Amino acid sequence: MPQKSMRQALNEALKQEMRRDPRVIIIGEDVTGGAGTGVDDAWGGAFGVTKGILGEFGRGRILDTPITESAFVGAAAGAAMTGLRPVVEIMFVDFLGVCFDQIFNQAAKFRYMFGGKAVTPLVIRATFGAGSRSASQHSQALYPIFTHIPGLKVVIPSNPYDAKGLLIQAIRDDDPVIFLEHKIMYDDLGEVPDGAYTVPFGEAAVVRQGKHATIIALGRMVTIARQAAENLAQAGIDCTIVDPRTTSPIDEETILEMAGETGRVVIVDEAYPRCGMAADIASIIAEKGFDGLKAPIIKVTPPHASVPYAPSLEAAFIPSVAKVEAAVRRVVGHGR
Amino acid sequence: MAARIEMITMPKWGMTMTEGKVASWRIGEGGDVAPGAEIIEIETTKITNVLETPSRGVLRRQVVATGETAAVGALLGVVADSSVPEAEIEAFVAEHSRRAVEQAEPSAPAARLVKVGASDLNVLSMGQGRGLPVVLVHGFGGSLDSWLFNQPALAEQRTVHAIDLPAHGGSPITDVSGGVPVLARAVLAALDTLGATKVHFVGHSLGGAVGLFIARTAPARLASLTLIAPGGVDPEINLDYLRGFATADSRKSMKDVLGLLFGDADKVSRDMVDASLRYKRQDGAPEALQALLGAMLDGDRQRGSLRNVLMTPPVPILLIWGTQDRIIPVAQAQGLPAAVAVRLFDGAGHMPQMEAAAEVNRLIGDHIQASEG
Repeated sequence: MPQKSMRQALNEALKQEMRRDPRVIIIGEDVTGGAGTGVDDAWGGAFGVTKGILGEFGRGRILDTPITESAFVGAAAGAAMTGLRPVVEIMFVDFLGVCFDQIFNQAAKFRYMFGGKAVTPLVIRATFGAGSRSASQHSQALYPIFTHIPGLKVVIPSNPYDAKGLLIQAIRDDDPVIFLEHKIMYDDLGEVPDGAYTVPFGEAAVVRQGKHATIIALGRMVTIARQAAENLAQAGIDCTIVDPRTTSPIDEETILEMAGETGRVVIVDEAYPRCGMAADIASIIAEKGFDGLKAPIIKVTPPHASVPYAPSLEAAFIPSVAKVEAAVRRVVGHGR
Repeated sequence: MAARIEMITMPKWGMTMTEGKVASWRIGEGGDVAPGAEIIEIETTKITNVLETPSRGVLRRQVVATGETAAVGALLGVVADSSVPEAEIEAFVAEHSRRAVEQAEPSAPAARLVKVGASDLNVLSMGQGRGLPVVLVHGFGGSLDSWLFNQPALAEQRTVHAIDLPAHGGSPITDVSGGVPVLARAVLAALDTLGATKVHFVGHSLGGAVGLFIARTAPARLASLTLIAPGGVDPEINLDYLRGFATADSRKSMKDVLGLLFGDADKVSRDMVDASLRYKRQDGAPEALQALLGAMLDGDRQRGSLRNVLMTPPVPILLIWGTQDRIIPVAQAQGLPAAVAVRLFDGAGHMPQMEAAAEVNRLIGDHIQASEG
């Protein structure tokens, strides 16, 4: 199977869905990818994900906007409700703060407020995450905020295969989907089929299975967890890794099953610790899987602090392989 | 002349296997080992299987203990004659347990797409040798992963091509509403591209029906035929499985369906379930399976009968079946002429090539050898 980058996988998903369904359009800042150069599609958008789409589909289906997230996210929500299937690109998830009303009170509520008679097939793609020296306002992992809101679906792919299948699923879904891409994973490689396929929402991936501890991780933290698990395996500690892939809906069944198999759980989350996904998943396990636990659940998250700009501090902020390993050793050692 | 001290190493079963767990040792330290002896039960994420050794001697060391995991290629145990001194064994283990782990990533053969008319088929080729090549063809909804435990063993003697049928595994989704004849044509076209004019054909289930069809329509292409729980022999077949597989869309439903394949339903691993779901979630895959079912079935029975091919075999035929097959009844192996060699596996279900891999590999190897004369 061909090896593709996360960027290529997402680009393929967009193109294949645009070919399949003329209602699929793209809206965002510089999504045609050449602003300021005088050359169309010079780089294919801020992160290169929409490369080649202008040439194939023309300006009728890929729209550059002014720097007005509140206006074009609102426009896309309306377009979705009236028959199109817009895919909005937001450069940094941090910028969605200016259009919470459009997302929280409009798009997320249409189905509910209109008694199921309105659907909102809207996808909002945005980058997230620390590690690129982009400072506090461009580095957050804000998925817990969207997970909190009923009516939104929230997707966080951890590899190119899932990225393509989840984005196709998102575009075909009739509800608003927040689709978050870690900005330093675009060049990550993986096997991705050429044809279109879907990865369903609410089905966690079991990345590996081991008998000593269960690590639950999302997005880039899956990569960190894998490295930790490989190191721990050398020391004879076998870990399961569960990647929920979507935080809303969330696959409680698989999380509880895998947590129960080892009874020792570490949750790795790049979001802030308070009201974050680690806290949320820990509460699910504590409430519904308590009898299977043999050790307290440990969360590995950044501190409750803004993402630092200084490289050394940013590196210290992000959950590291060493921190995950230490947490696993603690849960494995508990009560022994 | 065999080496004085021989290594037993972690095998690589399938392209994605990087490590395995020693589930149990079948032979204790000091026990006698003969070629073909089942020595270790090894658990992988895909399935548990028994490792055989080609060595002869005494099992002098179990280097990796029961319950421990080791990388592919790692030293698991040491076989040597009882005359070899302890100190020499000690030194051998010390040296090789280090070195084997360093060399643990043998370059795995990769599957590739092979031109078949306007489309492609996904083919994994292994091995080389002077004899005619072997071709392995899987069953309904399956893939070349069905031969995980067979292809490496058979490839020790000759070239072995495992083929993904059209609209299956890594092959593109194409129109398969023409059923078995269309599949057979595609397989033959792929063999043309591979330069394999005459082959030893091994077919499982639907792949067996493809083999029987080729035996009837193009017997000159076959040097021998091995059929494992083949379709197309008699009308009876388990529709709950076929329709269940075609419609399953969750882990739960897929696991239940795949459980029907094995004598022991616990053999179904999470990887197997996930791989089947991935396949099913490609655009067009469920529709292709339904179209194929439409061609295969007449109401609730298999359409047509290829039993007559077995009654007057045009090439040497070996028929393998599990007595606990819940997909196609083992009773269909009855009433055949003596020219067809029939081997039944007690307790095995519809997947004897996985459930009793070592013995099935030996049978296929012997059958091929005998057919070449």
